[in-house]
Amino acid sequence: MKFSEQWLREWVNPALTTEELVHQITMAGLEVDGVEPAAASLSQVVVGEILETDAHPNADKLKVCRVDSGTETHQVVCGAPNARPGLKVPFAMVGAKLDDFKIKKAKLRGVESFGMLCSERELGLSDQHEGLMELAETAPVGTDINTYLGLDDSIVEVDLTPNRSDCLGIIGLARETGLMNNLDVCMPVIAPIEPVIDDTISVELSAGTACPRFVGRVIKNVDLSAPSPLWLVEKLRRSGIRSIDPVVDVTNYVMLELNQPMHAYDLNALKGTIRVRGSRGGESLDLLNGQTVELLDETLLITDDSGPIGMAGVMGGSGTAVKPETHNIFLEAAFFAPVAIAGRARAYAMHTDAGHRFERGVDFMGQSRAMERATALLLSISGGEPGPLVDTVKEDDLPVLPKVTLRAARIERVLGMAISEADVENILKRLDFEFAVDPAESEKVWQVSSPSHRFDINIEADLIEEISRIIGYDNLPVTRPTAELMMLESTEQAVSVKSLKAQLASRGYSEAITYSFVDDQKQRLLTPQVAPVALKNPLSSEMNVMRTTLCGGLLNALVHNQNRQQQDVRLFETGLVFEQNSSGSLNFDNIEQKNRLALVLSGRRLPEGWANAQASADFFDLKGDLEFLLGAQGLSFEACDLPGMQVGQCATVLMGVEVLGYLGLVNRGVAQAFDLRNPVLIAEIDLAMAMRRSVPRVVEVSKFPEVRRDLAMLVDRAVSASEIQNVIYAHAGSALLHLKLFDVYTGKGVETIQKSIGIGLTFQHPSRTLTDDEISTAMAEVVAALETKLKAQLRN
Amino acid sequence: MSELETLKAQALAAVSAASQLSDIETLRVRYLGKKGEITALLKGLGQVSQEDRPKMGALINAVKAEVDDAIVERRQVLEVEAEDQSAAANAIDVTLPGRGTGRGALHPVTLVLDRIEAFFKSVGFDTVYGPEIEDDYHNFEALNLPEHHPARAMHDTFYITDSVLLRTHTSPVQVRTMESREPPFRIICPGKTYRVDPPDPSHLPMFHQVEGLMVDETCSFADLKGIITEFLRVFFERDDLKVRFRPSYFPFTEPSAEVDVQCVHCLGKGHCRVCSSTGWLEVMGSGMVHPRVLEMSGIDSERFLGFAFGMGPERLAMLRYGVSDMRHFVDNDLRFLEQFR
Repeated sequence: MKFSEQWLREWVNPALTTEELVHQITMAGLEVDGVEPAAASLSQVVVGEILETDAHPNADKLKVCRVDSGTETHQVVCGAPNARPGLKVPFAMVGAKLDDFKIKKAKLRGVESFGMLCSERELGLSDQHEGLMELAETAPVGTDINTYLGLDDSIVEVDLTPNRSDCLGIIGLARETGLMNNLDVCMPVIAPIEPVIDDTISVELSAGTACPRFVGRVIKNVDLSAPSPLWLVEKLRRSGIRSIDPVVDVTNYVMLELNQPMHAYDLNALKGTIRVRGSRGGESLDLLNGQTVELLDETLLITDDSGPIGMAGVMGGSGTAVKPETHNIFLEAAFFAPVAIAGRARAYAMHTDAGHRFERGVDFMGQSRAMERATALLLSISGGEPGPLVDTVKEDDLPVLPKVTLRAARIERVLGMAISEADVENILKRLDFEFAVDPAESEKVWQVSSPSHRFDINIEADLIEEISRIIGYDNLPVTRPTAELMMLESTEQAVSVKSLKAQLASRGYSEAITYSFVDDQKQRLLTPQVAPVALKNPLSSEMNVMRTTLCGGLLNALVHNQNRQQQDVRLFETGLVFEQNSSGSLNFDNIEQKNRLALVLSGRRLPEGWANAQASADFFDLKGDLEFLLGAQGLSFEACDLPGMQVGQCATVLMGVEVLGYLGLVNRGVAQAFDLRNPVLIAEIDLAMAMRRSVPRVVEVSKFPEVRRDLAMLVDRAVSASEIQNVIYAHAGSALLHLKLFDVYTGKGVETIQKSIGIGLTFQHPSRTLTDDEISTAMAEVVAALETKLKAQLRN
Repeated sequence: MSELETLKAQALAAVSAASQLSDIETLRVRYLGKKGEITALLKGLGQVSQEDRPKMGALINAVKAEVDDAIVERRQVLEVEAEDQSAAANAIDVTLPGRGTGRGALHPVTLVLDRIEAFFKSVGFDTVYGPEIEDDYHNFEALNLPEHHPARAMHDTFYITDSVLLRTHTSPVQVRTMESREPPFRIICPGKTYRVDPPDPSHLPMFHQVEGLMVDETCSFADLKGIITEFLRVFFERDDLKVRFRPSYFPFTEPSAEVDVQCVHCLGKGHCRVCSSTGWLEVMGSGMVHPRVLEMSGIDSERFLGFAFGMGPERLAMLRYGVSDMRHFVDNDLRFLEQFR
């Protein structure tokens, strides 16, 4: 909310500079977002009167004006369409400064001009520059414009938290400022207006606690032809509201001043009794803003005998709106309960100043005061004959503010500092809170009731916050928490995510963070088998479903880099993926959220360099990275076909019999959809499983020599390395320590359907030296098994 | 006699003057070879009288040994020199880049999260995680944010269904912890959070949060001020960093406070784009847990008190590392990421 500093100071005027005042307001919990001057910095700008205008000899659109500045007349060339004799305007004389812009004598199309006639924009008042700013006929010629318009003012914008709606008006800001400075607030005198006529409109409240009070008044024979006076227009402007007509301006003024939204109806358009009630099925309403809305259930309405005439507390209807020719009006100042208004405007995609206040809460005792204030202002501007103020109220449905118990001991526990009884009572008094000491208690206990404008005080903690706020958070002590020492759990059966990430970084992978919502269509190429969880209100169609795989995001990140000349890309990401794990309607319990780790790899195997071979990374680079990361224990890989992956270059990663994830080369369809230029490898594994480790149990290291035998053989190309290894392990006996597959060869000298494999077998016995015979026997077994089971041909 | 002395002096001088391995060999042959000058003296012993022969022989042999030692020693020196020379001729260019893999980098948000976690772990806070798709109850209701509460407007929410949503803060993890653990406890909850904000320099629809919660029989607003002030000083590595607490409002805390730090860019000197010349930066929300929030999760709010706080790692990373645009955090541009190696 924006307010004028001058306006606040009319109510309470502490001896503080603007800067100090703003700091004080911020530290009281009303955060100031910005302060700006009410106008440009102006010097030598005065109220001028255009005495006569002549056509410019050389330009159709320009006029040559004679302008009175109070002491002399000046010739000024001006292009504004509304320049006319008798008009009073802001006149910047030669030598004037408008911020950094200096007015000099000038020649315009051959005619000399001494000064400038100004629009609102030139004075920094608004963006209005359609024509000259028109001042009142009564404006005294020659008066400095700063004095005349009261421009030595600041506009302060406060960002109020939802609980402090009491400060959405000058009245609340003044109370707060008075409180902080221990000053009395000087409120304008608001006296009851004597009715001149007897006319009233009967009001029926049929919405229970949603609307327990409705204050109304008829005013007849108002004259809306004259605009609102300058002081009113300026106060509204400095609060960010444009002047419309005296009725709207006055209701807006009272809303800004007393924090009570009001509404004015064209009396002649009202039919019968006004009823406040909830909407019934099938009703609609034409709103002031030109919109027609189908009313949702439970919308609180103002109705008359013809049906809905306003959405209570949010916006009036167009049918009963005050028009320029209106003479008879009906004014409303009602209390609508926050729960009845909250969320309604948003449900209709609207936001209004009235709705904003009512849904946060207004003083339920402030309606009559607002009505008297508005009536007095309107009568002084537009004349008219007021009827009696009618306060329709259902006392039983009015909010009841609780008596809140406040314990001195609790204050000390919460704040970590005892506050003296005298200080507590002094603060309660300054807040206008009534209190009584509870004599029944042995400890010091107060029973506190807050005034109707502080309806946010409901529990003891609310009072403690008030006390700490008035004392100032900065004046409260700073201590270290004390608590019993507790050990945090620590496991050796998992590596930390932090450690996995560090290992990946040391293998050349950088960490990416990509959005959890992705493009459904692109994602389907990667995980067509998984039902994604869709967003009801996505930001865009490229972010419309939750990810079922991390790979989509990583491929996008890869493309981002490829498009910026970064061809060698290694990225990883950890995070949740989401899927609906059973059919039926979506609910919290059937959405699975699993933590994954994914890697993407493209470009050179090693960074470009004089000593690095220039090969591109392939499947085995990524596989090697996974093996490095996961530890070899129990890890195995099986060829598989997965959507989005190239046939023959994709594998499932297994830990024992559990599937950990997969890796492989992305296929052409995915490459095209994502706009990938080079071959790209991806892997995705379950993060929790990747973190698993077993606590090592040591096997005694043998003291006896190792013996190595190498085998070279030809096998069918379809025979996999793991098949060969399995056969060897099964037949080499217990002395086989390990085996190394050191060579795979296809090409010249080997038939095309075959490949040549070289394997080294290392034997060792735990408790003695192995004999040649034993090893030869084992080798013979191995060779025989390879020949029969895999049709291997031994080479020499 | 003097002939022998002269010969020795001559030989030793020649050896020490030798600068090539070939010279050493020549000198060895000249003095100690089969036809060498010292060898010749030994051969000439036959002409020396019987009684002088042993003494003379011993003298000549001593000279021979001395010259031999000098030759061996000098040869070693020259050999080392020769090796050095040939090595120098084959010197490698040590300024050529090394061989092997490049290094990747951790994401700056991860660096910040790790620092936050390390700090709070050191004072006994457990790290707890929770789901990112949440139900309305845990994200709002249990945090004293009933339907239509105006504060919900501050949480522009992505919805899956009417009651399932993307969490707008990590506070629901605190609720889940309070529901499942007996106090006292101290936890932090880091993780991703979501709000309907199109990406711009200071907003992302997905960002991180770390929320902290301590529930104990004694834990006060003064303790909250203490732990947060200390954390910020440790995080920014400035012992004299000014920290201020400002009254604010969160439905789940009462009293509530915004936490500002002195601008780490201009240190309050003004004319600063980082703090808009206010000298202060808003970095955290905090407060004493609202008694109703404790009660809703089954904790006796008379016996136990709690404080809670929440911060944005992206914001802290921007201040710490001088990142000017939040979108850099999700662009995943290697030229940005690799600066954090």
